Amino acid sequence: MPHKIRILIAKPGLDGHDRGAKVMASAFRDAGCEVIYLGLRQTPEMIVDAALQEDVDAIGLSILSGAHMTLFPRVREVMNQRGLNDVLLTGGGIISPEDMEELEKRGVGKLFGPGTPTQDAIDYVNNWVNKHRALES
Amino acid sequence: MSNNDKIKSDKQRWSSEIAKSKDRLRRFMTTSSVEVPSLVTPDDLKGWDYETKLGFPGEYPYTRGVQRNMYRGRLWTMRMFSGHGSPEDTNERYKFLLKKGQTGLSVAFDLPTLMGRDSDDPWSEGEVGKCGVAVCSLRDMEALFDGIPLEKVSTSMTINSPAAILWAFYIAAAENQGAKRECLRGTIQNDILKEYIAQKEFIYPPEPSMRLIVDTIEFGTRELPQWNTISISGYHIREAGATAVQELAFTLKDGMTYVEHALERGLGVDEFAPRLSYFFDSHLDFFEEIAKFRAARRIWAQVMRDKYGAKDPRSWLCRFHTQTAGCSLTAQQPENNLIRTATEALAAVLGGTNSLHTNSMDETWALPSEKAAKLALRTQQILAEETGVANPIDPLAGSYYVEWMTDKTQAAAEEYFKRIDDLGGMIPAIEHGFPQREISAAAYRYQQEIDRRERLIVGVNEYIDEDEKLEIPILKITKEMVNRQLTNLSDLRKRRDKVKVAEKLAALREAAVGTENLMPHFIDCAHAYVTLGEMVGVLKEVFSEYTEPAVF
Repeated sequence: MPHKIRILIAKPGLDGHDRGAKVMASAFRDAGCEVIYLGLRQTPEMIVDAALQEDVDAIGLSILSGAHMTLFPRVREVMNQRGLNDVLLTGGGIISPEDMEELEKRGVGKLFGPGTPTQDAIDYVNNWVNKHRALES
Repeated sequence: MSNNDKIKSDKQRWSSEIAKSKDRLRRFMTTSSVEVPSLVTPDDLKGWDYETKLGFPGEYPYTRGVQRNMYRGRLWTMRMFSGHGSPEDTNERYKFLLKKGQTGLSVAFDLPTLMGRDSDDPWSEGEVGKCGVAVCSLRDMEALFDGIPLEKVSTSMTINSPAAILWAFYIAAAENQGAKRECLRGTIQNDILKEYIAQKEFIYPPEPSMRLIVDTIEFGTRELPQWNTISISGYHIREAGATAVQELAFTLKDGMTYVEHALERGLGVDEFAPRLSYFFDSHLDFFEEIAKFRAARRIWAQVMRDKYGAKDPRSWLCRFHTQTAGCSLTAQQPENNLIRTATEALAAVLGGTNSLHTNSMDETWALPSEKAAKLALRTQQILAEETGVANPIDPLAGSYYVEWMTDKTQAAAEEYFKRIDDLGGMIPAIEHGFPQREISAAAYRYQQEIDRRERLIVGVNEYIDEDEKLEIPILKITKEMVNRQLTNLSDLRKRRDKVKVAEKLAALREAAVGTENLMPHFIDCAHAYVTLGEMVGVLKEVFSEYTEPAVF
C-alpha cells in the first residue's frame, strides 16, 4: 500500500476568506489524500496541536489578508519547537514574489498564488512527502 | 400561420441546417456554468409583455432602472473602495482620489477593525493596516476625515459585525466638525447574514447580530434620514464562488429577512424600506451580469409591493452599488486585469448600477498602488465620458437574449427562495449550512473547469507567458504605518478620562442586557474615546461569540 498523504488545511489569524482553502481541501481529497480541514481563526498553536494529533505529512495555510509575513514564520517556529521539523509547511494566498522568497528562506515551503492549477500544488506536496517523509505505513 | 408559428418552424429549419456545421466548443456556458443557447427568438419569449416585464425607467417594476432619466440626469457615483495603513495614510489617499474626480468616499477597514479588535490586540499582530485602514476610536475616525467636510461628502463604510460602532465613530466625528446628523449621507454595509454565508467576519450569533442591525435601521430612520443603514451584499457571496443566480437569490432573501425583522420591531415598511440598498458583483459574463441586475430590480419591486405591502414607490427600489469581480482577476499578466475590469464595469453600467467601484489591476498581489487606483478610476471616467453608453437608458432592453436571460435568472432565483423557505427561512438555512454548501460546490466546479481547460483564462491556462516577470509597482504597508497606529492608540489610552470610559462601558453593558436601542450608547462611548475593542468586548460577554463548524 502506498502511503496515503495526510494534509492539514487551515485558515490562520482573522481572515475569513475560505474559498481557496475549501477548494484546495476538495482537490486534495479528490486526489486521494486524507484531508484534515480545521477551518477559520486558528492560532499557530491550535494548528500545530492538530498537526501533531493527526500525524500529518503537510500543513497547508491560506492567507489573503496580508498577514503572511507574521503567520507563516510563527507557525514554522511552533512546528520546530514541537518537533515537527520533518513536516512540510506550504500554502497560498495574496503573497508577493519577494515575500514568497523571503518565507522560503525562513523554512516555509513553496507558496502558491492565484491562478495555480490545483494539480501543481498536489504534485508539489506529493513529491515533497515522497522525498522527505519516511514511508513506514 | 401566426407570426410566432412561422418563427418556430423557421427556427427548426435553421437549427437542422446549423446542426451540420461543427461548433468550436463542446459546450457553451456562462461564467456561472449555465448552458447558453445558440439563438433566442421571439418564440422563446412566449407571453412576454412589455408593460408587465419592463415598464418605463423610474416606474414599476423598475427593470429598466430606478430613475426616470437614469444617467442622462446624473452619472453613477464613482466610488473607489480604499484604505490602508493608519488613518493618516488613508486620509492622504482620499484627498488624492477626490482631487482626481472621485465623487464619493468608500472606506476599506483592516481585518482587526472588521473583527471588532483594536490594533494592539494580540490577534491583530501582522494584520494592522494590511487589507484596509485601522480605526480603533473616534480619534482615528477624526484623523481619517481630517480636512474633509462630512456634511458635504457621502461616505460608504464596508463594515459589518461592528458596523453600529464604526457608524457611531463617524457620527461623533461629524458632530465634532460641527455637522448636523440629519445632513449626513452615506452607507454602512451592516449586512451580517452574508458574513455567515460567505465572508465569515462574524462576531456574535445571528439573533443579537440582527438586533444590532435593526437598532441601526431604527436609529437611522429617526435621526439620519439620508443614511443607507444597510447595503445588502451579494458581492462577497459571489466572490466566495457563487453563481450569478446564487448571488442574486441569497442576497435578495437576506434583504427580505432584514425587512421581516424590522417589521417585527414594529417599524412600518415604508418608514425604513426606502433606505435599504444593495451591493452586487459584476463578473465576466457580460449578458449574464446585465440580466442579473435587471432581474434584481424587478424581483425586489414585486416582493416589496406584493409580499410586504409597501405603498411608497421608494420602498420598491432596488438601488445598488456594484464592484467589478476581484475573483476574476489574475496574478499572471496583471495588466490584462484592466481589460477585464473595463468590460465588467461596462456590464454594470448597462445594467443600471447606481454607483461603481472598479478594481485595480494589481489586486491579486497587494492593495492598489496609487497608479493602479488612478487607472481604475479613469476606466469609469472613459466609459462615462467617451463611449456614449450613458446616453440611452437601458439600451439592451428588447434583446431577445437579454430578456430571456433576465426572465430565466428571475425564475431560478425564485426557485432558491422556495428552497430556503422550505428550510424555515434564511437564518435556519444558514444554520443548516445550505447556502454555504451551494457556494462551495460552485466554487470547486469553477476551479475544476479551469483545471480541465473547459474554461479558458488568458494568461492562466491559455496564452501563458512562460518567462513572465512582475513589472507593476506593489504597495507596501510599512512598519512605520503600523507603529504610528500603535503609538497613537497607546497615547489615547493614557490621555482619555478613564472614569468616564468605565461609566460609559457600564451603561452600554446594562443596555445590551436589556432591549433598548444601543446606538445612542455607542455614540456616547465614542465621544468618551472608548475604543472599538472595548465596546465589542462588552458585547461579546453579553451576546457570546459565534463559531462555525469546519466543513468543506
